[in-house]
Amino acid sequence: MTVSVDISQRLGSLTLEARFESAGRLTALFGPSGSGKTSLINLIGGLMRPDRGRITAQGRVFVDTAERIFVPAHKRRVGYVFQEPRLFPHMSVRTNLLYGRWFTPSAERYEDLGRVVELLGIGHLLERRPSRLSGGEKQRVAIGRALLTSPRLLLMDEPLASLDEARKAEIMPYIERLRDETKIPIVYVSHSIGEVARLASDVAVMSQGKLSAFGPTGTIMQRLDLLPKEAQGEGGAVLDMQVAAHDREFDMTVLASRAGEIRVPRIDAGPGNKVRVRIRARDVIIATERPQGLSALNMLAGTIAAIQPADGVAVEVRIDCGGEAVMSRITRQSLHALDLAVGRPVFAVIKTVAFDQENLSRTGALHDI
Amino acid sequence: MSWMQLSPEEWTAVHLSLKVSTWAMVVSLPIGIAVALLLARGNFWGKSVLNGIVHLPLILPPVVTGYLLLLTFGRRGPVGAFLAENFGIVFSFRWTGAALACSVMGFPLMVRAIRLSIEAVDRKLEAAAGTLGANPAWVFFTVTLPLILPGVIAGMILSFAKAMGEFGATITFVSNIPGETQTLPSAIYTFTQVPGGDVGALRLTIVSIIISMTALVASEAMSRRLGKRLDIE
Repeated sequence: MTVSVDISQRLGSLTLEARFESAGRLTALFGPSGSGKTSLINLIGGLMRPDRGRITAQGRVFVDTAERIFVPAHKRRVGYVFQEPRLFPHMSVRTNLLYGRWFTPSAERYEDLGRVVELLGIGHLLERRPSRLSGGEKQRVAIGRALLTSPRLLLMDEPLASLDEARKAEIMPYIERLRDETKIPIVYVSHSIGEVARLASDVAVMSQGKLSAFGPTGTIMQRLDLLPKEAQGEGGAVLDMQVAAHDREFDMTVLASRAGEIRVPRIDAGPGNKVRVRIRARDVIIATERPQGLSALNMLAGTIAAIQPADGVAVEVRIDCGGEAVMSRITRQSLHALDLAVGRPVFAVIKTVAFDQENLSRTGALHDI
Repeated sequence: MSWMQLSPEEWTAVHLSLKVSTWAMVVSLPIGIAVALLLARGNFWGKSVLNGIVHLPLILPPVVTGYLLLLTFGRRGPVGAFLAENFGIVFSFRWTGAALACSVMGFPLMVRAIRLSIEAVDRKLEAAAGTLGANPAWVFFTVTLPLILPGVIAGMILSFAKAMGEFGATITFVSNIPGETQTLPSAIYTFTQVPGGDVGALRLTIVSIIISMTALVASEAMSRRLGKRLDIE
């Protein structure tokens, strides 16, 4: 197991308790503010000491209260990217980047400046002072600085939270490259379901200090009931699809999966490339027969696998489309009017424009360490 | 301008004052940083007592501080006798005693300046350095110390300036011996006590002003350069 956590820790009135093992490339700790995500990542990084428990990463014990083992943060070789960049103001970007390298035994260095600079696109910033960088640039340098310690594990605590939407969009692809092109397992704290759906291979859902669910991203995202209330409309299916063809005339890309073909706004990836698609439950309409005269381009045939009541007015319907699950959030009135029940064949209708950039991302394989 | 010509005795006083002040500043610096760290970061029983002791010379009449030094570090004082017997270090009626008196008098000023800058350091930066593999000592020397440097320099200048002007504690502890413990203020005081000493007192007063202004300007320039290097927005 890449990361294994089994701890408990008192935090004021809250008791943090979590137990999970993840072998994924990017494990997301997901939950609302105050649910204990940051405390959990601080325990993994060694910035806090658990009252009880054991944490290991890449086969090394970081903490084991039963054995009285506590490895201090500076000996864990864990890269930590904080919410704010925390660059050293008295050093140039280059010196910042190389800071951790001094402390890594040369035999264990596997990252070098050239590669990291290329990966993060920060070559032109090297001689500058941190105060002369934009927010997005600072955060990229902070990621590079953590990478250059050649860490055994990379921890990221809401690295995008302090950035505006444009800066987020600028950094996301670098985190995807990190996940797909380096060997470093990542633990990523986030309260944004969009980030989690796009980046994570596995998700640990935190709620009031407890781990309420853990599993592969696709599975967790369908369990809308596990998500915090305010995020439920954002939940839905996460499907790994393949680029089948491009439609030049209408500027669209056709993606294929077991669920069928869907058309999305054109993405820059050749046929055969893997793409992760998030289909929000609130974007999916249910039809009992193939609709005619409808502008929506995507209609996936399937059967209803489950119906769950959600808060008040809405219900969640899981539709099995050729083995893939597609989630839909509809009103109880519609459920009643269409007389929907488990086992009934239906069509899931999704507008192509529902897929914006946030919902589409290229992926490598997420589980092949 | 022949009246501005310093006599050899006056030169000796200027030279001695510079030596005493420099030593007072340099020797109290590491202790000052350590105490400032303790007061800014430490959480221990007796912290307010330590804080009180450090600030005592600021509140007490200098003569009282000098007398207390005489009692403890004098030939027959407990610490003074111990140091003289075991290490051959003698303070009473020596320039080293003047340096000790000056460093004690300047110590609260130095500690205050350094402590303020330590409290302004973003501890998150230190935590970040820790996650990058730096042990606490490395974190201190590569992150904390560079960030508090402006405060350290301010503290050094304050300590130096205080030492240049120190009179009461010095004259009480080590007296007013020309060539050994007669610093600038003591020399000026002596001039004012003898008939026709006005010109000499004025000369040394001007020297005193020049040295103080130079120190001040130098510290300003240094902190400006540091500020630029730190790029504090």
